[in-house]
Amino acid sequence: MKVVQSGSCTEDGPETILPVLTKQDFKSTQEVKWCPGCGGFGILSEVQSVLPRLGIPREKIVFVSGIGCSSRFPYYLDTYGFHGIHGRAPAIAMGVKCARPDLSVWVVTGDGDGLSIGTNHLIHCMRRNLDLNILLFNNQIYGLTKGQYSPTSEFGKKTKSSPLGSIEQPINPIVIALAANATFVARTVAADLKHLRMVLEAGARHKGTSFIEIRQDCRVFNDDALESFSDKSIRKEHWVYLEEGKPIRFGKDENKGILMRGMQPEVVIVGEKGVRAEDLLIHDGRDDSIAQALCVAGLPRPAFPTALGIFRQVEKPTYEDLLMGQIDSAITRNGPGDLPKLLNEGTTWTVD
Amino acid sequence: MRKSTFHKAHLMRYLYSMTLHVGTNGLKTEKAFVQVRSATVRFAGDSGDGMQLAGTQFADIASLTGTVVRTLPDFPSEVRAPTGSLGGVSGFQISFGDQDVRTPGDTPFVLIAMNPAALKVNLPDLQPGGIIIADEDEFTPDNLAKAGYSSNPLSGSELSAFRVIPVAMTRLNEEAVSPHQLPPREAVRCRNFFALGLTLWLYDQPLQPMLEWLMEKFRTKPALMAANGASVRAGHNFADTAELFRVQHTVARARLPRGRYRRVTGNEAAALGLIAAARRAGRTLVYASYPITPASEILHELSKHKEYDVRTLQTEDEIAACVAAIGASFTGAIGATGTSGPGLSLKAEALGLAVMTELPLVCIDVQRAGPSTGMPTKTEQADLHMAMYGRHGESPLVVLAAATPADCFSMAFEAVRLAITYMTPVIMLSDSFLSSSAEPWRVVAPDELPDLRSIERPARQEFAPYRRDPVTLARPWVVPGTPGREHRIGGLEKADVTGSVSYDGDNHQRMVELRAQKIEGISRDIPAAQVEGASEGDLLVIGWGSTYGAIAAAVDETVRAGRHVGHLHLRYLNPFPANVGSILSKYARVLVPENNRGQLRSMLRDRFLVDAVGLSKVEGRPFRIREIEEGIETMLGEQT
Repeated sequence: MKVVQSGSCTEDGPETILPVLTKQDFKSTQEVKWCPGCGGFGILSEVQSVLPRLGIPREKIVFVSGIGCSSRFPYYLDTYGFHGIHGRAPAIAMGVKCARPDLSVWVVTGDGDGLSIGTNHLIHCMRRNLDLNILLFNNQIYGLTKGQYSPTSEFGKKTKSSPLGSIEQPINPIVIALAANATFVARTVAADLKHLRMVLEAGARHKGTSFIEIRQDCRVFNDDALESFSDKSIRKEHWVYLEEGKPIRFGKDENKGILMRGMQPEVVIVGEKGVRAEDLLIHDGRDDSIAQALCVAGLPRPAFPTALGIFRQVEKPTYEDLLMGQIDSAITRNGPGDLPKLLNEGTTWTVD
Repeated sequence: MRKSTFHKAHLMRYLYSMTLHVGTNGLKTEKAFVQVRSATVRFAGDSGDGMQLAGTQFADIASLTGTVVRTLPDFPSEVRAPTGSLGGVSGFQISFGDQDVRTPGDTPFVLIAMNPAALKVNLPDLQPGGIIIADEDEFTPDNLAKAGYSSNPLSGSELSAFRVIPVAMTRLNEEAVSPHQLPPREAVRCRNFFALGLTLWLYDQPLQPMLEWLMEKFRTKPALMAANGASVRAGHNFADTAELFRVQHTVARARLPRGRYRRVTGNEAAALGLIAAARRAGRTLVYASYPITPASEILHELSKHKEYDVRTLQTEDEIAACVAAIGASFTGAIGATGTSGPGLSLKAEALGLAVMTELPLVCIDVQRAGPSTGMPTKTEQADLHMAMYGRHGESPLVVLAAATPADCFSMAFEAVRLAITYMTPVIMLSDSFLSSSAEPWRVVAPDELPDLRSIERPARQEFAPYRRDPVTLARPWVVPGTPGREHRIGGLEKADVTGSVSYDGDNHQRMVELRAQKIEGISRDIPAAQVEGASEGDLLVIGWGSTYGAIAAAVDETVRAGRHVGHLHLRYLNPFPANVGSILSKYARVLVPENNRGQLRSMLRDRFLVDAVGLSKVEGRPFRIREIEEGIETMLGEQT
């Protein structure tokens, strides 16, 4: 770490001396205890790469997590960290952000932590639009408790607690985030580090709640969760990358696309049955309406591919800005709080 | 504020004309006065009848005339029960008089009943020989039927034990306000002030503060101002000219310490205490809460004071409220939350997190009758064991209990002081009775309060997240934003000093003991327990929380009768003050009145091996003084 004059963006203006941080500065001395080959390593590495690029001093970064394999994350970063209780990270983070809006606050959660025991907090955090970055590691299994089905496990999934197959329909994290009116909603995958980094950085730079679902497998309990992604021969048939303002195209020959017939999406092949490239659905993540994003997020498998990328990115006032705005206007209206005045409010009388 | 209206010349003239009007109206009869030391009055009517407002106004006026005033509202549980039904009766009781007025009163001497349901619900509490002032216009066949009366009790013999004064309040009020041409609905709503006027006359209280209040309140609505003023004067004059009462009562003034006073409810006082403490600590107050009866008024009160940098968060649930407060504390703010019993159950895991992370947290539990949803608007003290023991693992924390409504200020302040000095969660117990009951509070000057800034100590040793202060055993409160001190905390067991995650058995034993010692050591930093009444003798009555007034009054009475009885009231329940054991040893027997089945009693027996006897009341109502006296008499009787 070396200290130089920097013009980076801080509240104090361009004259501030800011240390130029490197990836190394964000590595803690704690031994990383995930299983060998876990997708968590790649995510950790990319987060450590993105953090120095944000121009935020290390001491102003706070990682908050719940419980589960993913929630060990704060221990592995040399920032401030809070390893909370199961499911409650978004609510802890709300307290952190409201008390100190100047901090860069990150929430790390998983499919069990965030979408089962803590779904309530996750939804309310997103609808409030606190300026937080939420990373939801989705491996579609309970790993830390050694292999039970999770709320994102596919129907019929055989696990220790569902030996005959899960009889529950999985929850779609992106649909939940969109329904909660989150202002930044994205999905990426731990196995594509380049895409992961792009999404992480875009989310970190977004003002408002950034919800990022990161698909990963669990080497021990759900090894085949990303099989269709890992196998490059079929990847492009099963996954589609969303790019803002561009037609949604996929397939190993890049000739497939999504076409809307009224309200119904349909897989089509460009050049067949008179379908032209310009007929394809254009990805629009900037629309205030969540309608199209919901449509793309909800495309049923296996008839449609799974979309990766930024489903939605819109600007709305953040909770903490509105909160501080009310405080500032109360101070403007009533003057800064004067304790004797407060204590003497209402009807008073004097005893001599 | 009432004081301010005096400055306005035009208002002054207007006011003068009104008071002159009072003085010259009607023929003056020779007044007969009875002097009493205290009096208890209850206003009762339908929830739309404005009984709370009439009661509060009476209390304000009685306060201004130098009496001690204690009040207790009784709201119906339903938001809008049918008009005239028993379930819709709203009451407001006022006890006022000299300094020996310690509670809102066992039994009212005067009951103002605005309809048959109000009479029916409140009659069982009325003193024999007491006065019933009833709005006879409302005793219609329809209303009588709704209240379950088969005949009009005002004309029968069933109220012969009382003095019944039927008044045609509805009609008289209608006539009084008619010149001001209010819509009929608004006109009838002035009826509560007619009743107020009557009652003010009965207790020889001045009208002037009432009229001033009306001018301030309805500054922009002159018709309402005039109509309500006419109504209160009409009630007052009617009592005077119609010679409704044989005598007027004058109530003794109180001898109170000098100072400026105001009336506060427990919930108001708790909110003020939190703000005052945050200010004295120079820190932001973050109060996160989920609406719950009877704690919500703390959230409402705090939400009004944003210019004090009070950040109130209405969270999605009780758990979120508790952990958001913990998150705020992590960053150096005063993190606080408030709830009632069901919410405390939900916060249990989060309180354990605050114990493990050793972060300051204030959790106010305004207790209500449980278990489960129980009786949400009724009082009880049955969360003490939950506060003490209701978490998994060895997780000691500080438990405080306010003794009176105004004491909620002191204990909320104290909760913050202990939380940040010892880096610990603190549960402050209040209850439904304290939350809505009001009493006079001598307004403190901020410099009378401890300076909580001095708590930050310069680091004498190299920073480590769990390197403890040698005196308090508190870990350092180093917050995000501090360069070079980046560290991680969480719910996993911590290695001593370094704060790294540790599953080592010996370390766990040491940390469990350190956390316990830290809380036990607080007994050196809290005031010694003080006994009222006899300092040794036959019986010690020990209480905690809202039973203070009833026990104090009962013990006073017993001591006046020459008995050797002491009263110890515990405001610190964990840890106990250091001298509790030695106090206990000075009495032959110990009686513990509680609004539960004996929770403090079992703590005392456990800690001091003392054969404490319980006096339990779980009817959703506070103890009456008489009930405590009977308990004391029984104990003393058994002894002789």
